[in-house]
Amino acid sequence: MSSGNSNGHPAHLAHHFSDAAQQSESAKIGMWIFLLTEILLFAGLFVAYAVYRSANTEMFYNAHKHLDIHLGTLNTIVLITSSLTMALAIRSIQLNDRKKSIKLLAATFALAAVFLIVKYFEYSHKFDLGQLPGKFYTYTGIEGSNPHIFFSVYFMMTGLHGIHVIAGMIAISWVMRKTIQGKLSSEYYTPMELTGLYWHLVDMIWIFLFPLLYLIG
Amino acid sequence: MNKIPEVNYLNASRGIRSWLFTLDHKRIGLLYLFSIMAAFALGGIFAILIRLELLGPGKDIMEARTYNQIFTLHGAVMIFLFIIPSIPAAMGNFILPQMIGAKDVAFPRLNLLSWWIYIFGAVFAVISMSTGSVDTGWTFYTPYSTTTSTSVVAMTLGVFILGFSSIFTGLNFIVTIHKMRAPGQTWFKLPLFVWGLYATAIIQVLATPVLGITVLLLILERVAGIGIFDPAMGGDPVLFQHFFWFYSHPAVYIMILPGMGIISELISAFSQKRIFGYKAIAFSSLAIAFISFLVWGHHMFVSGQSQLASAIFSFLTFLVGIPSGIKIFNWLATLYKGKIRFDTPMLYALSFLFLFTIGGLTGMFLGTLATDVHLHDTYFVVAHFHYVMVGGTVMAFFGGLHYWWPKFWGRMYNELWAKISIAFTFVGFNITFLSQFVLGAKGMPRRYYSYLDKFQPLHDLSSFGSWIMAIGFFIMAVYLIHAVFKGRPAGDNPWGALTFEWETTSPPPKENFIETPTLTHGPYDYDKIVPERTI
Repeated sequence: MSSGNSNGHPAHLAHHFSDAAQQSESAKIGMWIFLLTEILLFAGLFVAYAVYRSANTEMFYNAHKHLDIHLGTLNTIVLITSSLTMALAIRSIQLNDRKKSIKLLAATFALAAVFLIVKYFEYSHKFDLGQLPGKFYTYTGIEGSNPHIFFSVYFMMTGLHGIHVIAGMIAISWVMRKTIQGKLSSEYYTPMELTGLYWHLVDMIWIFLFPLLYLIG
Repeated sequence: MNKIPEVNYLNASRGIRSWLFTLDHKRIGLLYLFSIMAAFALGGIFAILIRLELLGPGKDIMEARTYNQIFTLHGAVMIFLFIIPSIPAAMGNFILPQMIGAKDVAFPRLNLLSWWIYIFGAVFAVISMSTGSVDTGWTFYTPYSTTTSTSVVAMTLGVFILGFSSIFTGLNFIVTIHKMRAPGQTWFKLPLFVWGLYATAIIQVLATPVLGITVLLLILERVAGIGIFDPAMGGDPVLFQHFFWFYSHPAVYIMILPGMGIISELISAFSQKRIFGYKAIAFSSLAIAFISFLVWGHHMFVSGQSQLASAIFSFLTFLVGIPSGIKIFNWLATLYKGKIRFDTPMLYALSFLFLFTIGGLTGMFLGTLATDVHLHDTYFVVAHFHYVMVGGTVMAFFGGLHYWWPKFWGRMYNELWAKISIAFTFVGFNITFLSQFVLGAKGMPRRYYSYLDKFQPLHDLSSFGSWIMAIGFFIMAVYLIHAVFKGRPAGDNPWGALTFEWETTSPPPKENFIETPTLTHGPYDYDKIVPERTI
């Protein structure tokens, strides 16, 4: 893009915006709309959940006992904490404390990794038991109609969420790189703010998934 | 004598790379235009092949299996590759920033990305459909789509990719309309085309992700056997239809709303009269967008959905008639006592009024529970949506194309040939699809390869009409391309219209306006000023 300093524009201001406020507000609205699309993407899965839970009430109750509530709770705490560190990272860059901001971003990244590691142990446990989606389901210990459907729903919801966690980690490391390079400051930190918005959404979705899947009944 | 400005967006930079990687919304608009016109031609060839095969019962030119693939290709190409991106991504991209006096859309790089994703998804979808011989129809209903051996996965993956392109365009437009308007241009001073694009963008953003998750579930169903659409495993195939139409019904308003926006521009400009009921038209676009999310169940009247749900969906479907009717009557009121000029864009607008009304009213037949049982999945449905989509959207699209063609290139097309072309298209279209209303009412089911002998005369008539229509489109292609190179210079404001885009040069400079324009008059103040026509 032909943004430059030729007409007094700062380097981060694109040529087609008249000022920095217009640019950052545009970016924020854009991000909010994107988050809306994410919610609608997940909405399909929430509908599927509602349909199959109401059709197999008993089975959903029985099947949910096979999820590890301790690991689920741990992961909920991990993600909420990561949202806090993310928000604090933005606070630090607003105060121009770049070093602290980088540390907090690193913490957020690490917490996201912890979440995935815990998820990995949960998944591999279910793989061992044959608690798998649809036609791969081989477990026999759950009473009620169509227990494989519960695990279809479980793996789709947590799987799609997991992909979003990975995307969030990529975004966080990208922002971290920008911060280390000194491209972000209290004057311009839109990329970090947008990443933060995204990360909070990923967190929010988990806050809905956790009770729906782990805390039935 | 008009002159082409020496420096403009077309010659500001040269070389193929300056086009393929351009961030200029005008060039991206044209890239989209070329792509969707290629898709339109491709889909049109498939349409002609369908009509050729249906000249007689039984086999004429292809096997039944090939026929199924051809109508799938026709539907999927026309819907996903042509009509959904057509007006917003091609014309909206070019015109929207100019209409609001902006230098570009809010996110130029996202705009370019959207086109690349479109191309990638389009190539992916078309190749997988033709090599993998998909024959599910563009709706890929379960359980057929989960059990057929054809490459449904690759094709739906293509659809998934295309969805991103549509979302990015919608997102970009919403932000652009909110944040990039010229000083003094308040919401109620926006041209109605912008309102139409805004309502469209809302649907694109809210509905498309649901299509995304739908095809994702379909892919998982096929690849991983998750069983949620499989009745043998406790799944529900009708749930797929709910998911699919939750996107695809609003999507038909993605197709028609921007077209309606163009019609508002054309009717006002060529009547040289202030648009009647500005706010009513603007809000009816939003009303249509809102109601569009509540009517999907009318596709499932015979799918075993509960009677109560069907009754509610039927009622909600009729509600769509209200904002649509409001628009039609406001356009008619605008024409009343206007100084009407029958330039080609206006002929398209008038065709739209005529054909869209037929399309809309026959929709009422299908929204009525009892008649739908008789008409469901017949040629009546086919005729209905072609009246809305071709008679409505495509007419509006070509109306807009003729209206803005001199703005795109700075040159005029041949008016006489343009009128000959629309005569062919209009007559051919009506012959093709009026006959299909009759066929459908008599019980001819859609998508059938063969039919009873008694249907042959009407099928032949319909096929005959399709050739006339094809001649019309062919003529159009020739004179429009000719105009790009040899047309006489059109001047800045060939039609004497008042919206912002006519205040800059034709073709516009790279950043649209030499100086940021300020609003001195509303988009339809023909009672105050009547600009000189430059042709």
